[in-house]
Amino acid sequence: MSPLLTIAAEEMENPLVPPIPELVIGLIAFVIVFGFLAKKLLPNINKVLDERREAIEGGIEKAEAAQTEAQSVLEQYKAQLAEARHEAARLRQEAQEQGATLIAEMRAEGQRQREEIVAAGHAQIEADRKAASSALRQDVGKLATDLAGKLVGESLEDHARQSRVIDRFLDDLEEKAEAAR
Amino acid sequence: MSADPTQVLAFETDCHIFDGCGFPSPGLHSFLFEPIWGDGDSNVYFNKTMLLALLGSIIIVGFFWAAFRKPQVVPGKLQMVAEAGYDFIRRGVVYETIGKKEGEKYVPLVVSLFFFVWMMNLWSIVPIAQFPVTSIISYPLVLALIVYVLWVSLTFKRHGFVGFFKNVTGYDKSLGPVLPLAMLIEFFSNILIRPFTHAVRLFANMFAGHTLLLLFTIASWYLLNGIGIAYAGVSFIMTVVMTAFELFIQALQAYVFVLLTCTYIQGALAEHH
Repeated sequence: MSPLLTIAAEEMENPLVPPIPELVIGLIAFVIVFGFLAKKLLPNINKVLDERREAIEGGIEKAEAAQTEAQSVLEQYKAQLAEARHEAARLRQEAQEQGATLIAEMRAEGQRQREEIVAAGHAQIEADRKAASSALRQDVGKLATDLAGKLVGESLEDHARQSRVIDRFLDDLEEKAEAAR
Repeated sequence: MSADPTQVLAFETDCHIFDGCGFPSPGLHSFLFEPIWGDGDSNVYFNKTMLLALLGSIIIVGFFWAAFRKPQVVPGKLQMVAEAGYDFIRRGVVYETIGKKEGEKYVPLVVSLFFFVWMMNLWSIVPIAQFPVTSIISYPLVLALIVYVLWVSLTFKRHGFVGFFKNVTGYDKSLGPVLPLAMLIEFFSNILIRPFTHAVRLFANMFAGHTLLLLFTIASWYLLNGIGIAYAGVSFIMTVVMTAFELFIQALQAYVFVLLTCTYIQGALAEHH
């Protein structure tokens, strides 16, 4: 056994009595660690951790901004779509109304034309009837006077009398026709 | 109990049971080292524990240097591991006890303390080294003294001279007649016993742990003869189990050490002790 160890053992009988050289070396060893960590390495990492937090927060903010924008765009689209639908409905309604108006107008026009045609027809018929009636009256008068002249042997040239006779005759005819009806 | 320097480790004697030699039990002599350099008589020497202490410092600084020298916003693997350790102490210990605002200033100290103590403890199970540096009282003591000095100066700075004494004696008028006694006890507890227990708690744990490991390791070797082989197996299993247990205790004691540090700092900063 080495005498050195024997001496050391005698000195260190109580393990709670600290040997001074170890105290010094312990202090030096700790100061080395503390110095490097406190002066250089931990400030380094703190800076980077802050940067990272900012980056993450920035990213979150960006994402939030994008989301808000997307939301607003979506709402805009929805509003536009609703407006377009509304517009389409309005146009359809308008078209329907216009169509109805047109149909009504056309119907009215058709009605009017029909009435015009009918009226024109009536007028024509009336005119024809009047013309035929007057022509017939003249012919019948002439025939009657001729016939009566021949029968009476006396000319019923006298105009006044002639027309009186004719009228009377025609009136009789008409009365008979009325009675027959 | 005095150390018997004539006893040496079983490995050195190649002594086994039934060989006629006694069990070379571990003891105080297991914590003594011949100086590598210098003279044990004088106070100028260099031994294994000092070598391990300095080596440990270099390893810690090297690790954090590699991890944090050029830190990236998007961390690599090493940086992530180091960050996890750093963050654990910063958030889990300092912010929890002192608070974020006041505690930020003490984060470097506490982080350094934790990794320093842990590394010194870890030497216990590192092959070849196999000695917890903190089982030499000097190392825990110097750390406890640093904390003690910090605590005392902080209390003075925060509370002034009278405030300091009120703080360390736990001055509380409502105690009435027992106040002087309470103050005396508190004073002793805070001023004298606190740094001692702070250091000894770590020292004793590591000391006991190392002794236990030694015991089973030596027994495994010593029993390796005849029927003893069966017991040697048991002893070896115990060595492995205790090594795993020590791994846990080492981290735990480092954690306890810095937790107490933070509690003391918090006590110094608190308005009413």
